[in-house]
Amino acid sequence: MNPLLFLLIIPLLTIVGIAMVNDLAKVRWVSAIGMSAQLLISFVLLYLFYQQRSSGNTDDMLFVSTATWYESFNIQLKFGVDGISISMILLTSIVTFSGMFVSWQVEFLRKEFFISLIILAGGVFGFFISLDLFTMFLFYEMAVIPMYLLIGIWGSGPKEYSAMKLTLMLMGGSALLLVGLLGIYFNSAPEGGKLTFDLTEIAKVHIPLSAQLFFFPFTFIGFGVLGALFPFHTWSPDGHASAPTAVSMLHAGVLMKLGGYGCFRVAMYLLPEAAHSLAWIFIILTTISVVYGAFGAIWQKDLKYINAYSSVSHCGLVLFALLMMNETATTGAILQMISHGLMTALFFALIGMIYGRTHTRMINEMGGLMKVIPFLSVVYVIAGLASLGLPGLSGFVAEMTIFVGSFQHTDTFHRVATILACSSIVITAVYILRVVGILLLGPIKNNHYLELQDAQWFEKLSGVTLVVSIAIIGMSPFWLSSLIREPLNQMINHLTN
Amino acid sequence: MDFSYTILILLLPVALFFIIGLLGSKMNPKVSGMIGTSGLFIITLLSYVTAFNYFTHRTGEVFQSIEVFQFVWLPFTDRLVIHLGILLDPLSVMMLVVITTVSLMVHIYSLGYMKGEVGFARYYAFLSFFTFSMLGLVVATNIFQMYIFWELVGVSSYLLIGFYYERPSAVAAAKKAFIVTRFADLGFLIGILLLSFYTNTFDFIALTDLNGPAIAQSSGVVFLGMSVTTWAMLLIFMGGAGKSAMFPLHIWLPDAMEGPTPVSALIHAATMVVAGVYLVARLFPIYHFSAPGALEVIAYIGSFTSLFAAVIACTQLDIKRVLAYSTLSQIGYMMVALGVSGYGSEAGLGYMASLFHLFTHAFFKALLFLGAGSVIHAVHSNLMTEMGGLRKHMPITHITFLVACLTISGIPPLSGFFSKDEILVAAFEHHKLIFAVQWIVAGITAFYMFRLYFTIFWNSNPQYNHVPHESPPTMTIPLVILALASVFSGFVPFHDLVTSDGRALITEFHWIVAIPSVLVGMVGISFAAVLYYKKNSKPETVAKGLKAFYTMAYQKFYIDEVYLFVTHKVIFQFISRPIAWFDRHIVDGAMNLIGNTTVFFSGSIKKMQSGQMQEYIWYFTSGVLLLTLLIFYLN
Amino acid sequence: MNLQAEIPLDYMIVLSTIVFFVGLMGVIIRRNLITMLMGIELMLNAVNINFVAFNHYLFPHRLEGHFFALIVMAIAAAEAAIAIALIINIYRQFATVSVDDVDELKY
Repeated sequence: MNPLLFLLIIPLLTIVGIAMVNDLAKVRWVSAIGMSAQLLISFVLLYLFYQQRSSGNTDDMLFVSTATWYESFNIQLKFGVDGISISMILLTSIVTFSGMFVSWQVEFLRKEFFISLIILAGGVFGFFISLDLFTMFLFYEMAVIPMYLLIGIWGSGPKEYSAMKLTLMLMGGSALLLVGLLGIYFNSAPEGGKLTFDLTEIAKVHIPLSAQLFFFPFTFIGFGVLGALFPFHTWSPDGHASAPTAVSMLHAGVLMKLGGYGCFRVAMYLLPEAAHSLAWIFIILTTISVVYGAFGAIWQKDLKYINAYSSVSHCGLVLFALLMMNETATTGAILQMISHGLMTALFFALIGMIYGRTHTRMINEMGGLMKVIPFLSVVYVIAGLASLGLPGLSGFVAEMTIFVGSFQHTDTFHRVATILACSSIVITAVYILRVVGILLLGPIKNNHYLELQDAQWFEKLSGVTLVVSIAIIGMSPFWLSSLIREPLNQMINHLTN
Repeated sequence: MDFSYTILILLLPVALFFIIGLLGSKMNPKVSGMIGTSGLFIITLLSYVTAFNYFTHRTGEVFQSIEVFQFVWLPFTDRLVIHLGILLDPLSVMMLVVITTVSLMVHIYSLGYMKGEVGFARYYAFLSFFTFSMLGLVVATNIFQMYIFWELVGVSSYLLIGFYYERPSAVAAAKKAFIVTRFADLGFLIGILLLSFYTNTFDFIALTDLNGPAIAQSSGVVFLGMSVTTWAMLLIFMGGAGKSAMFPLHIWLPDAMEGPTPVSALIHAATMVVAGVYLVARLFPIYHFSAPGALEVIAYIGSFTSLFAAVIACTQLDIKRVLAYSTLSQIGYMMVALGVSGYGSEAGLGYMASLFHLFTHAFFKALLFLGAGSVIHAVHSNLMTEMGGLRKHMPITHITFLVACLTISGIPPLSGFFSKDEILVAAFEHHKLIFAVQWIVAGITAFYMFRLYFTIFWNSNPQYNHVPHESPPTMTIPLVILALASVFSGFVPFHDLVTSDGRALITEFHWIVAIPSVLVGMVGISFAAVLYYKKNSKPETVAKGLKAFYTMAYQKFYIDEVYLFVTHKVIFQFISRPIAWFDRHIVDGAMNLIGNTTVFFSGSIKKMQSGQMQEYIWYFTSGVLLLTLLIFYLN
Repeated sequence: MNLQAEIPLDYMIVLSTIVFFVGLMGVIIRRNLITMLMGIELMLNAVNINFVAFNHYLFPHRLEGHFFALIVMAIAAAEAAIAIALIINIYRQFATVSVDDVDELKY
């Protein structure tokens, strides 16, 4: 049996399990077991992947299995993974696992909460293993829709507004995306023959240039909305601010990566010539994203807003690097996706935990938390340092790979863009240290914070999982970098020729 | 010669960091201190063994660079790969000795100084982390490894400056130090990117190879009238200037004195702040052959900084700040020496002198800081106005501090005399103006150091709340050891060991430079003695006489205010705030506008749905009829 | 006897059309829910006439039209039951059976 199917079966079984359990206390244990199994399976998958490779299997995609789903439109359920998808799957399992534990204390409609969360995760897993544009789109929608419920029901603040805004903007993106995907589909057989949604098949044909130029913006912006492409990023601050902790984690940590992944695997990979000729527009937009997001974060006062803007900046860097279209920069982009996913999930987890204790997210109302909740504060500092690109943590690896990769272009335009993007590391340091200084250090502002409790076991588990992942990537990036790089050679060749 | 044990020099401190950092809160503070100190003792011994083995096993005339080991950490492209490894050459071995010695002294000293502080274990964990990063920096085999550890020392400096994290001033100082150096590191990073792009390597040996891509096969690409190598080297120097607090990136160093005093001694006097000098020395062949313009800039900046900082040091009242500005000034000396140096044999005198000064400065400046720490420990104040007459209460501190002051003033035969003299000789031979500046600075140095010395240990006898007493042996022993090092390190045959091309250098004694430099030192000391030996009104008279200038210098020439204006007013208010507003109101407003437009249109047509069912049936029926008629008509 | 010879199909269609529009008018014009329901029944019956007539004239050897007519009757009965139940409930809720007053389901 194809091991990839477990990635879909386990969430399904977990949902069934949760639905059947009546005792609310047991619900979270069922989901915990399910998500741990998912994490385990991801690592097994990684092992199997290496095993296949070492036994000399050099296919682009491994564990490919196909089943016809809807004959007349040639829609297939086609699954398969390469190094990039495997690493994204690992990221998703880790973030889901810790997101699960962060929501340990959700009281209101607990059962429904966990079910929605797992549907979301299942959608993401499905997206990353799909090789068929239609199923990919299906899973994409499956991941986006539960977000509406999760924010609208379990959120805080102006939750209906934020949920609606987020969903509508993402749906708007989906609409563009659908046009793009259909455009690709109807041009997938320019010399006659059967139209197909199959990614690997489409990659072999040459889509007419005019069609590429027309449909590339649709596809790229469609995915870019989810990847917080300027100026379509404004759902991010509002959405994150209202979302419950685990949802923010999953959304910023994983869902936004769908955008980057899709931009690369669908928009650029399938429409390479258009990608080449239109890249400059999007390089400008992403450079703006990078710098603008970072500057925007300086002025914010709400922890979640700060992190949302920082996500805009970091995710901008992902798209920026992808558009550089060389092996190094693209490796960096994928590394950045993983690194940002872990980092931002950790940030949101910590913000949720701090909010749960102090009941405010305004940094100027808090101060000196290091003294009272040292565990959370230290982890927050580590997350901050990872975010500003300290060597030994994942952010550095990703950013440096991106910068070195981007610098391989010799023309002034790319150079200037790269240097501007580089400058974000300083601005990032400014806003991260500002938050750390105000929030964690200094004297305690409110005496009643003295009674705060430090992290409980599930919070520690969740935080430590993420910190360890960040540190492992940061200290020995070689394995991850080579895992990602492995399929890129062929893909970049396809892009540049 | 097998040097594979040197890996322990890096692994031990990082192990100490994790042990103390993770288990420290569960241990008795004393135990964590002892673990840290004894671990560092082993590391120090290892470095000494390394140095001994390295310097006694010279093959032929030249010291070879040995890559003890290196492994691939992260590949970027086929050629650009970050390796981690250990490179032994005279420069790095010398730095190993300096860093471990000073670090060990600081570790021992802190056992007494930090006794009973909250976060004692954390302190030792950070110290180990810093030692690890600094050692990793100096043994780096390639420029990117150096950048990695460069960032790590930056963050350990941040953590240690902000050690008293409940004090807002410490937090602000830590933040400032990190951000200023980070800004400089941006230049460093871009410099690395440029350099590595045109040379296709990160490796130091390949970069500094005289026939290598950086020097002999320089790309010749020109950008804005300067060769791209010059640009790269200037940007790399920007990183060095940030870490070494050269003007105008010096503003963080005086504030960094908010950290515990032993930390100032270790990081902000002896080791980390000279990383910039080390960086320039490391890439010296490229500077000299491919970017002489950059080297000239270094000389001017170094010279200006040394003068500028020395003037400010004369006016400051906080003893640690005086020492901080003195550090700036001395690093300026080192930069000048590099800037005026040539390459190979006699021309390389400046290079040798710079590193020699780095070597001796590490000891006497650490000694000064630790002595100051001892005084602060006794008096519980940083301000020299609240001190005086301490020679009777603290004899050991007094003697060692005096030794250090004499050393920095360049009085023979103490070590500072030799190293400073070499620098002046190099400057004299190269550039008379710079020589003149450095000569004057030597006098000012002697003046402000003895101003400090006399005010603390002589002068008035203020009423202390409790009688100051000599520090415990854990603090005085390092003082004595460092005092001995300051006295005798001048006799190390440095010109045989650390030179620009690895060959021994024959130095001559230049009376023409030595005598004036000693004289100007004596003059400075005499002035200080006249003004500060006893409490009198002369200092105020002098200050009044130079009122405008004095105020300027006292306010550090308002550089901080300029920065504050740029960051707070320009960047925060004029960039960040409008962007935040723009995002909320324009970009997001546009999105909301789309939504609101939809709502408006739907509002205006929603009335069609009146709830009157029969209306719907009318619409429906008439629609059907119309369609039917249409079909008939079309047919 | 041969009905086809005496009464042509057109008569049937005209009859069913008249019945249908009478029903439709009843639904549209009358405000009373009960009479509207009767209108609906008339429309259904018009359909039934069509089914039976077409079946008989065009496909005399098949029975689908008759079956459909029967099914429509059954459905009409069920529908009447539900509709009357609804009307009774509406009456209880609003104390009226006039559609003009029952317009809660709107924008």
